Amino acid sequence: MNMMVPMVKVEEKLYQNRYIVDESRPHIQIKDADVCKSCEKQACTFCCPAACYSKNELGSVTLATDGCLECGTCRVVCQDKGNIAWDYPRGGYGISYKFG
Amino acid sequence: MVEKFDAIVIGAGPSGNAATYTLAKQGLKVLQLERGEYPGAKNVQGGIMYAHELEKIIPDFRDDCPTERHIIEQRIWLLGDDNYIGTNYRSESYNSDTPNRYTIIRANIDKWWGERIRKVGGLQICETTVTELIRDASGKVIGVRTDREGGEIHADVVIMADGVNALLAKRSGFQGEAAPENVALAVKEILFIDPELIQQRFGIKEDEGVVIEIMGKVTKGMVGTAFLYTNKESLTIGIGCLISDFKEGDCTPYKMLEDLKNHPVIKPLIEGAEMKEYAAHMIPEGGFKAIPQLYGDGWMVVGDAAHFNNAAHREGSNLAMASGRMAAETVIALKEAGKPFVAGNLAAYKKALDDSFIIKDLKKYRELPGIMHANKQFFGAYPDEITQAAHNWFTVDSVDKRTKEVSIMKSFVKRRSVFGLVGDAIKLVRAMR
Repeated sequence: MNMMVPMVKVEEKLYQNRYIVDESRPHIQIKDADVCKSCEKQACTFCCPAACYSKNELGSVTLATDGCLECGTCRVVCQDKGNIAWDYPRGGYGISYKFG
Repeated sequence: MVEKFDAIVIGAGPSGNAATYTLAKQGLKVLQLERGEYPGAKNVQGGIMYAHELEKIIPDFRDDCPTERHIIEQRIWLLGDDNYIGTNYRSESYNSDTPNRYTIIRANIDKWWGERIRKVGGLQICETTVTELIRDASGKVIGVRTDREGGEIHADVVIMADGVNALLAKRSGFQGEAAPENVALAVKEILFIDPELIQQRFGIKEDEGVVIEIMGKVTKGMVGTAFLYTNKESLTIGIGCLISDFKEGDCTPYKMLEDLKNHPVIKPLIEGAEMKEYAAHMIPEGGFKAIPQLYGDGWMVVGDAAHFNNAAHREGSNLAMASGRMAAETVIALKEAGKPFVAGNLAAYKKALDDSFIIKDLKKYRELPGIMHANKQFFGAYPDEITQAAHNWFTVDSVDKRTKEVSIMKSFVKRRSVFGLVGDAIKLVRAMR
């Protein structure tokens, strides 16, 4: 898939950022994997600027929030389905921009 | 015993800082809560800072505010596939003691502002996420709950300056989710480079800065813009488009940024620079029609959380600072008059906004977001036609000028039809008037 090329690049970009990861407490969660399966577009997989969402072999979507930039785009694109539970990380955790 | 403040401000961005500083300076007991590791840790801005609004709040800000370069030249570029056509405005008069605009690094400014807030007696606490508003039986907001132990705090009024996501206002039912056509997603990088190279490549001296605002084929026909700003020892490059367009799936945001960096016109300007951070942020683009409810019993909303952004002029941080200041001034006036912080009294904040450049400007451009969203030719067909026309016109090749004129006109008509061209002109006037 040609999508692989930009995915490699975004990892290189995210590598420059400072994150304070809240182990095993993801601040964003997919509510129901079956809803993703029935989602034709799965727009989160190409709209997220940190490529946190990827299509999986079950036809659903896998979310890994470690690289999340906390922009909120996924919540906006998924609002029709309402299948993303979006919260801020606990105080002090998550992306910590040195420059912003 | 739950601690009580005159006011709680949520968020340490431009609007929250303006509100907190104004309240603290007036001697009110104010608490500012920020979820980041330090002020600025969660903030993203291009960024250009407009001096006038900050000067109103902190008149002596130039004494120690860590700005980057003051701007002496503005370039507006329309990019084609391998070319651009554009305009520049440069003025020596911007080299004054009180420059009008500066490039900034957001986190540096917010840390500086945090110190200034402490100096005037404001209390700023970081690493604290507000999880919900506390309301009394009548629904009036009387405080906040945080993710800290025993994290309940009360106040006469809560000012929500929590940015474009505005989670608290949404959860409290004060505003709905933003429509994808009303928010843009912008991604940017900061690229560090020898300042001598910045000065050579952009034709500027130490401390002088250039901003380049970019439209054209780099947004791949989506409604969006890009930018390149000169900082002291770095360049900031970014691009953003409406989320409704990204949703179509033609290009990912990071691919778009990478293509911008590799554009033959842009590449020589950033060559050799080292990328140190990659950021993403949503920008409110819906304008006047997307402004939510701004106040209620015990609460006000300011800055990006109130959707205050003038997309046409790329002004956001000054609207944020001004709205934060106005919310604070409303609180100060009510406190002095001994009046309760109910919706009827907080309506004075809305009145102040209506009388200011914030609502006047957003109202002037109220048709712009809708027209741009519905007419992608302004971001696809026109940049294409205009840059091709420029290439045709400026290439000397023994074709007579009359023939060139006709071929350029034909190309425009072929792309848009005569009615289309006239219609587009009318739409542009409607959007801007």
